[in-house]
Amino acid sequence: MSDHSTTQSHGLVHRDDEGSKLGMWLFIFTEILLFGALFLVYSVYRFKNQDAFHAAALNLDTVIGTINTVILIVSSATIAMSISALQQKNKKLAITLMVITLVLAFSFLVNKYFEWGAKFHHGLYPGAEHLISLGSGQNQFFFLYFFMTGLHAFHVIVGMGFIIFVMRQVMRDELTYNNYTRLENAGLYWHLVDLIWIYLFPLFYLIH
Amino acid sequence: MSHDTHEEVHITPYKTYYIILGLLLVLTAITVGVTLIHLGTFSVAVALFVATIKGSLVLLYFMHLKFDNKLFLALVAIVFAVYTAVIAITFIDYLSR
Amino acid sequence: MSETVLKAGTADQQYQPSYLEMETKHKGILAWILATDHKRIAQLYFFSMMIMFLIGALIGVLIRIELMAPGRTIMDAQTYNGFFTLHGIIMIFMFVIPGLPAVFGNFVMPIMIGAKDVAFPRVNLLSWYLYVIGGLIVLTSQFVGSGPPDGGWTFYAPYSVKSAANIGMAAMGAFFLGFSSILTGLNFLVTIHRMRAPGMDWFKMPLFVWALYATGWIQILATPVVGITLVLVVFERVFQLGFFDPAFGGDPILYQHLFWIYSHPAVYIMILPAMGAISEIIPTFAQRTIFGYKAIVVSSLLIAFVGYFVWGHHMYTSGMSDTAKWVFSFITFLVAIPSAIKVFNWVATLYKGSIDIQPPLLYAVSFMFTFMIGGFTGLIIGAVAQDIHLHDTTFIVGHFHYIVFGGTGFAFFGALHYWYPKMYGRMYNIKLANIAWGLFFFGFNVLYFPMFVAGYMGMPRRYFDYLPEFYIPNLISTMGSWFLYAGIILMIYNLVKSRKTGAIAPANPWNGVTLEWSIQSPPTYENFDEIPVVKDGPYKFK
Repeated sequence: MSDHSTTQSHGLVHRDDEGSKLGMWLFIFTEILLFGALFLVYSVYRFKNQDAFHAAALNLDTVIGTINTVILIVSSATIAMSISALQQKNKKLAITLMVITLVLAFSFLVNKYFEWGAKFHHGLYPGAEHLISLGSGQNQFFFLYFFMTGLHAFHVIVGMGFIIFVMRQVMRDELTYNNYTRLENAGLYWHLVDLIWIYLFPLFYLIH
Repeated sequence: MSHDTHEEVHITPYKTYYIILGLLLVLTAITVGVTLIHLGTFSVAVALFVATIKGSLVLLYFMHLKFDNKLFLALVAIVFAVYTAVIAITFIDYLSR
Repeated sequence: MSETVLKAGTADQQYQPSYLEMETKHKGILAWILATDHKRIAQLYFFSMMIMFLIGALIGVLIRIELMAPGRTIMDAQTYNGFFTLHGIIMIFMFVIPGLPAVFGNFVMPIMIGAKDVAFPRVNLLSWYLYVIGGLIVLTSQFVGSGPPDGGWTFYAPYSVKSAANIGMAAMGAFFLGFSSILTGLNFLVTIHRMRAPGMDWFKMPLFVWALYATGWIQILATPVVGITLVLVVFERVFQLGFFDPAFGGDPILYQHLFWIYSHPAVYIMILPAMGAISEIIPTFAQRTIFGYKAIVVSSLLIAFVGYFVWGHHMYTSGMSDTAKWVFSFITFLVAIPSAIKVFNWVATLYKGSIDIQPPLLYAVSFMFTFMIGGFTGLIIGAVAQDIHLHDTTFIVGHFHYIVFGGTGFAFFGALHYWYPKMYGRMYNIKLANIAWGLFFFGFNVLYFPMFVAGYMGMPRRYFDYLPEFYIPNLISTMGSWFLYAGIILMIYNLVKSRKTGAIAPANPWNGVTLEWSIQSPPTYENFDEIPVVKDGPYKFK
């Protein structure tokens, strides 16, 4: 999606920033619908197993969840600010802000790793005897928990890759104050990751 | 199809981001705090309401919908409307079963 | 079409190397499989798609031979299950869904709006690769693992999560094909938004472009839903999850909701571009402005929008609530209105036109005939009461073949005959094309019409065997398939042969007025020497 409409082969030195941003937005729409389908699955199963979902949610660590929420919100702000920095020709600050974003993203994943590890330790993973003994409602909760937060974590990794990719281009001055759409697109993708988490967080961690 | 996007570049001041970041953190605190009081069936509604405010702030300010071409804002609105309609129609089945 | 455009355009006084012959960075086959030119990518799609179509059609004929008589005829029951599954997956995901957008959309859409290429040429190539990878995965799934996938192209849970057959792999293949479709839609939407020539306002765009625009939105908003649903099925098979398995409290009806939230709009991904192509062919061969341009545009958008909310009519017998049934039935009837508007407008365009009966028009008119039969039978089964009787009978099979093959298939081949001279700069043998069309149209109706009769009598679909009273309609149907296949083979023979030996085609053989007819046949790499300036709406015939 970072592909610009420049086609050297067609001899056009024509860059359509608005077009690439539109492309990014359309891609984001597909992601919204992708997660949207999962939220639909979630709402149907929560509707059918309300008590089991409440009971199962008690096993999730609200503290880690809240920390990760704060991490993502802050990282979302830093990547947004790095665009302003680049627009103001402050390349150094832009790169610093991207590095901070990446560090925050990485710490999100570390937290996620420990959180998942604890669930496995307590026998709360698909197929575990302990989980099966809790009944089908709680099973559905944990299937969805692992699948949706797992898919979200996958998007975190992809987003980090995207940011690293544009960061290199900023370093090499391939992206500058008058050519920053690719950074904006990486930012949009990162905000999407944040946006999804904003809904995942209350729906999994905060049903008590 | 003019490519005049560079003439009207909007640079969001850092201050805006600080304010939005602050609001998002406050809203996070509220949504966590609300779970401590038992609101019964309202708790889902409150959680989703707060999440939607947070989501709108991210979309409007972090994702620049407020400053960009209004086309993007319109498209985002349509996409969310379609998605909401899909959920509503699916629930016609589940609520009346 | 303004004077200036035509003057700048009809510059085939001086022939320039076309996109077929041009020199590129890469040589030989690489010049094609690494091409980013929209016309070459269209050719890549066209060839891979025709291969898949012929395989799918051959399997279809084999299925028909098996059903020619009760009991075992040429294959055993499990092979039959595998065959109808493969036939469905190939035809739906690899031919009719990508068909018109990926081939003709890629080829003519940028030219029609006066652009030199699509917005993201490399993404365009990537989507072809995803198509090929998806296709190869589906084909491989037939030969590896625990037996060819069975259970139909719909991957219905819980069978799909429990069957020992190799369904997971086929579902992954479909996932890749979906991704390819998303990228094509995304590319077209950005192209249409951003790359229209100066003066080409939204309401001056040709109707095929409008149809692709509406289709693009469905591709983007519906395909991710089925994509993630198929991933859920795969995970369920691999990691002992139980999203749709009732043993874990899963809900198989939820699977059907998710599947049809995509797959019903997918029907409009198939039919909207087909309607767009018909809206190009009819004015050209009637030499008359299209009747009700804006009505057709609005009806395309309405079909795309309303079509998003009717998925439940596939599920009347699956255990949905009664309230949901009548809601879905009601919305389903609404979709018939914009579809009928289009048919009305095409007929009104032909009325008092100076009609030139050529192969593309024959396909277009037979599209209207078969699409109307498909549409009206759709209303029959859109009503809950009748559907309870007709569901899962061959009536359904007849209905969707009339829509999908009789609709999209005829439009695809009509579009092929329409734009063939533009694509290759050669003209095919018109007489042979007419004969092939005759065989095709005759065989088509003989093949699928008896299915309505057998289905109404109660013959279930997808069954390997049937009661003797269904023998006659099945026999007639099978014979029809031979005529149909003969027609297809003759058509392909004609087109392949004419590719090298046909008469040189002029820039504008049909006297069309959309932009693609203003440039040389076949087009140059850059399409236009100078980007045209558009003044009038499309379809202004002199």
